[in-house]
Amino acid sequence: MHITEQAAERHTLSIVVDNEAGILARIAGMFTARGYNISSLTVADITEDHAVSRITIVTYGPPAVIDQIIAQLDRLVPVHRVTDLTELGPHIERELALVKVVGTGDHRIEALRLAEVYRARVVDSTISSFVFEVTGNPDKIDKFCELMREVGLVEVARTGVAAMSRGREAA
Amino acid sequence: MSSEKSGADILVEALTDLGVEVVFGYPGGAVLPIYDAIFRQGKIRHILVRQEGGAAHAAEGYARSTGKPGVVLVTSGPGATNVVTGLADALMDSIPIIVITGQVPTQLIGTDAFQEADTVGITRHCTKHNYLVQDPARLGAIVHEAFHIATSGRPGPVVIDLPKDVQIASARYAKPASPLRHKTYRPQTEADPTLIEAAVAMLAAAERPILYTGGGIINAGPAASDGLRELQALTGAPVTSTLMGLGAFPASHDDWLGMLGMHGTYEANMAMNQADLILCLGARFDDRVTGRLDAFSPDSQKIHIDIDRSSINKNVRVDLGIVADVGSAIDDMIALWKAKGHKAADTGEWQRRITGWRARKSLSFPASDHEIMPQQAVKRLYELTRHLDPVITTEVGQHQMWAAQHFGFEAPNRWLTSGGLGTMGYGLPASIGAQVAYPGRLVIGISGDASVMMNIQEMSTATQYRLPIKIFILNNQYMGMVRQWQELIYASRYSESYSEALPDFVKLAEAYGWTGMRIEQPGDLDDGIAAMLAADGPVLVDCRVAQLANCFPMIPSGAAHTDMILHAEEVIGEASDEAKALV
Repeated sequence: MHITEQAAERHTLSIVVDNEAGILARIAGMFTARGYNISSLTVADITEDHAVSRITIVTYGPPAVIDQIIAQLDRLVPVHRVTDLTELGPHIERELALVKVVGTGDHRIEALRLAEVYRARVVDSTISSFVFEVTGNPDKIDKFCELMREVGLVEVARTGVAAMSRGREAA
Repeated sequence: MSSEKSGADILVEALTDLGVEVVFGYPGGAVLPIYDAIFRQGKIRHILVRQEGGAAHAAEGYARSTGKPGVVLVTSGPGATNVVTGLADALMDSIPIIVITGQVPTQLIGTDAFQEADTVGITRHCTKHNYLVQDPARLGAIVHEAFHIATSGRPGPVVIDLPKDVQIASARYAKPASPLRHKTYRPQTEADPTLIEAAVAMLAAAERPILYTGGGIINAGPAASDGLRELQALTGAPVTSTLMGLGAFPASHDDWLGMLGMHGTYEANMAMNQADLILCLGARFDDRVTGRLDAFSPDSQKIHIDIDRSSINKNVRVDLGIVADVGSAIDDMIALWKAKGHKAADTGEWQRRITGWRARKSLSFPASDHEIMPQQAVKRLYELTRHLDPVITTEVGQHQMWAAQHFGFEAPNRWLTSGGLGTMGYGLPASIGAQVAYPGRLVIGISGDASVMMNIQEMSTATQYRLPIKIFILNNQYMGMVRQWQELIYASRYSESYSEALPDFVKLAEAYGWTGMRIEQPGDLDDGIAAMLAADGPVLVDCRVAQLANCFPMIPSGAAHTDMILHAEEVIGEASDEAKALV
């Protein structure tokens, strides 16, 4: 017997929650308990009184599973609202990465040249290393890291995706 | 301004304000302040169980039989972990219970203190919501909020974890104004009228409609069962129900098809398969109901009314999903049906087909004059007690399915069973909970020899509170449903399913101060049941039944509704790996 899987779509969800103890465990745990996927998760409080947090989750699954994920999130008691930004239409996704590259000579020059192309900033340097700060959508970060592998990448730290709908309406 | 009180006193006062009359519990170090507060008050009755798991199921039985929330009080650590099964059970079956757990003092949380467990962590995914209370000033509001969450929307279990120092520290308490308006939790109870309009139009146009009802109707209160009866009378549609929904529609009604699903009737499953419109009312298309999904009712339009949006389109894609309290939605449909002047469609052809399926007599079973057939025992129990309108509880397994098939229910809140989680050990404590709620009613626990052992210690609770529950064990000396699956799927290799070394149930009953009796011969069945009913106090009946009887009809795991096994002869010896992988 073999186990089969359905084709998956990538969706970016914005979840506005009451900033209470255990809320992240409740959200993340729901994903594990029901066998859903998380490719990226970011969380921070977004109101002046720190009472409300926005969690951005990038997940993937067949359309019916995405619908279920939203319904399951929506019925958690501390959840204010869930928005499927992917379903909503045009939206912006941004991620920040710190990328450490070690090397000398041609590799070092090439790393700097590529960083310029990707508008990455040098935030730390030694005689034989750089740490670049790069922001953009996840694809751009992926591509930047891929190129840096050729010129001495040793370490990557990524924040995960923060996302927002385009236009004047709040999602 | 009211004066300050201890957290323990605030808890007891809040429970009293919420109308709590009974708490099922077990004391321990981390709840001593609460037990002292209980000792000092006179309004709440405490029922001392013998293991915390029993308290959770007793509270479920209390809740299911009354429609009121059940309340549990246990200590930290093992007290809390022992109620986890009951929480998971209540979550699956949408039973409103509030479980208050003691916790080590806040400054000891995280230090692996004596009897410390991460209760909110452990119970996070088997509760509807849970709380760790760190401030006594918040306690009163949290207790009221917990009851609101447990009992509204789709009901479920809520845990309040209460550290010992918070029970002792003092704060003010004032009864909050009702109704409570929560900042994020606002379940939708009223249906969108345009969807009701669409549903009524679909129902009026249907030629082969069926009402598929579930536990949601029971949860919506007795008025929803009345509504269901009226809607059925208006439309003439036949009615089937899940295990959890039994009693919402009277079993004596001509249009009652019996339970559907894995051990449902032939007519119920065939009608689901052949219908052109399924109106699902407060049920959730569970795998035990649908059988193989790609063959489930292929030609029907489906309407699903449920208070939980996540239940809609979870297992089966429906044509029309309506989020609402099912009782309210039924009332809306009735009103609109009448306003539009719809008449019941001519379903003569549909009724004739159903009559044909009924003629298969799928609940028939082989007769025996030398051993008691378990189905016969349930049938006689039903016939000899129906005039007493009993509350019936079950454990889990063959006896549960036989009870669902052969015991008829005319009204809601009479049938207490563990459906979703399938918890052996539920029935005996649930009987206690129901009997506490209704001291004068007949409460019968239909049980199995293996299941009854899982919470057998609760016999002592019934003795202490003189609860006259009747536990009727269909004793076949097997974990019957496990044995049946092994017979059907694993070529009769009965791995570990034989009940070796059962106690002498009659002596056990006597040891607990109960009446014990044994029924062994078919000819003694009626007299035995009469003797059980005549005895004062709790009775344990050891009814010896045919050891190898199987529960039919049956849709094997992964099969379609049309592939029902009606009799044992149709069964093959060993199933494929695909079939074995299904639950």
